[in-house]
Amino acid sequence: MIVPGPVLALERLRFRWPGQSHDTVAIDDLSLAAGEHLFVRGASGSGKTTLLNLLAGVHTPTSGSVRLLGTDLADLSASKRDQFRADHIGVIFQQFNLLPYLSTLENVTLSCAFSARKQQRATGGSDGGNVNAKVTARRLLEALNLGEPLHDAPVNKLSVGQQQRVAVARALIGDPEILIADEPTSALDADNRDRFMELLFREAEAQNCTLIFVSHDPQLADGFAQSIELRSPVDDLEAVS
Amino acid sequence: MNLLRIALKSARFRRTSLLLTIFTIAISVTLLLGVDKIRKESKSSLLNTVSQTDLIVGARSSPTNLLLYSVFRIGNATNNVTWDTYQDIASQDEVAWTIPISLGDSHRGFRVMGTNTDYFDFYQYGEKRSLVVGEGERFAEVYDTVLGADVANELGYSIGDQITIAHGLVSADFAEHDDKPFTVVGILDKTGTPVDRTVHVSLAGIEAIHVDWQGGGRSAVELDAEQALLLDLTPEAITAFMVGLENRAQTFRVQRAINDYSDEPMSAILPGATLAEFWRTISTVEQLLFVISGFVLIVGLLGMLTTILSTLNERRREIAVLRSIGARASHVISLILLETLLVVAAGCMAGVALLYGLLAIARPIVARRTGIDLAMTWLDPTQLSILAGVVLGAGLVALIPGIIAYRRSIQDGLALKV
Repeated sequence: MIVPGPVLALERLRFRWPGQSHDTVAIDDLSLAAGEHLFVRGASGSGKTTLLNLLAGVHTPTSGSVRLLGTDLADLSASKRDQFRADHIGVIFQQFNLLPYLSTLENVTLSCAFSARKQQRATGGSDGGNVNAKVTARRLLEALNLGEPLHDAPVNKLSVGQQQRVAVARALIGDPEILIADEPTSALDADNRDRFMELLFREAEAQNCTLIFVSHDPQLADGFAQSIELRSPVDDLEAVS
Repeated sequence: MNLLRIALKSARFRRTSLLLTIFTIAISVTLLLGVDKIRKESKSSLLNTVSQTDLIVGARSSPTNLLLYSVFRIGNATNNVTWDTYQDIASQDEVAWTIPISLGDSHRGFRVMGTNTDYFDFYQYGEKRSLVVGEGERFAEVYDTVLGADVANELGYSIGDQITIAHGLVSADFAEHDDKPFTVVGILDKTGTPVDRTVHVSLAGIEAIHVDWQGGGRSAVELDAEQALLLDLTPEAITAFMVGLENRAQTFRVQRAINDYSDEPMSAILPGATLAEFWRTISTVEQLLFVISGFVLIVGLLGMLTTILSTLNERRREIAVLRSIGARASHVISLILLETLLVVAAGCMAGVALLYGLLAIARPIVARRTGIDLAMTWLDPTQLSILAGVVLGAGLVALIPGIIAYRRSIQDGLALKV
């Protein structure tokens, strides 16, 4: 899908938890074009997770706006935002991305369970069954160096690195426009981390997908078109004292 | 993959704790349905003890007492009805048939009842079922006896055996009518009523064994069995009698006439009404049992709630993952509700299976001991509504963890605190 305007546009975005005296997230202006990747750096407690929840439409801003693909999330109801996330966003967590009671393949096709759009795009046509989505999932897994024997294995048989790649496959199936990754490499060693980043970029680019990548590790910022740094309120306090 | 499949797979993954919950619910469902079943069967068994009899008449007493001694052979009559009065009422136009009942003696713990052959013709129980002399034949001679099924079975009697009857209700050597033994000529088929536990003899037989007795002991002049036959063996009194009327509509009129009978104070009762009243007095216990099993069920459901609440923590991650791929809050609640309903449905099915398993085992034992037939009928509307209530209750209970999970999923967002 070619989006005329920016994929992501933040304007005077503020988020403050009830009862707190400072804004957890404060971003004045940010705009990302299609296929442009964003690196968000911040220490723990700096509001990274809150920002991701705002981008994914789980939280709503206290003020300002989050526009994704031209849609202001604040205009949508909670369930519409959930549907928007299901249709247009893929999410990768630090760890434990997978449901332990599903096979590798089922974890990947699970994305299609909540989104008719992803289901349709994964099957490559207007009318297609789960079989086709499975074919797409297998192709994605292969592209992420996860061979056939692993596809039907229970996910707890996989290594952490393999599990993270399955999470990438799940986030990418159905061609979402936006991929949100929350410290996906934190549990990986250096070798695995580099290979993971390489795969992530390759697949995101193959799908012309905008990657929003959150990490505390500045070394990973290479290859991102834009980079922002979140300032921890703890830093503010230290600056004051 | 739809939500139901996700719920099924998720539940299978946590099957150990869920199986225990299913088991708990199964037990409480079995208990609840079992108590209901026993209550109904014992009620219908009780109400079917005697049927087609319009009135039971005895010396004046409370209806329940009259019912207890005439039908259930429990307790004693306060007084007798004279033979003349009995004949007078039996000969009235409205009366189609009568069955005289003469009680007071026993044989090894079983009551002896004196009657005549009208008993075999007119006594009915259950759904218009008559007595069947399965082995042998009805009594014809003075010293003949026809045994109820349990008497013959428990004491191991067969046709041709000789038995002696004890005076009064306790068997004791000094009070045996051992000079006048009775011969077993017939054995009745099982009825599931007190008839099974009764030794039947003719009125003349009762009279014959008492001719040389006076006030509870033998008189000085002893008459042997043959000599007794030479006497007039028409009784002077009987304990009670059952009445069948030509026309049911006259029941109340005849009842009033008997209650107002001027020569002798008597009570006439409607067996159906008195049985129902009697049931009401004893059913309190079973109602209590029912209430207790209701509480057991509540405990079962609370146990389920505890299990589900305790799994919510470990499912936090699962729910966050589902939320991240677009599951709505309503999906989260549905998932919890679905799991609960699956568990409860499985519990109900297991409970019903357990119930019928137990029934199959208990049925012959209960029938032998109490004469109550625990028929293997399919669940009736009450029991089905009990099951529906269980499922509905569980659904309501599951709203608690459902809403908690939903709130948490909003709080947690996509963050996974490890």
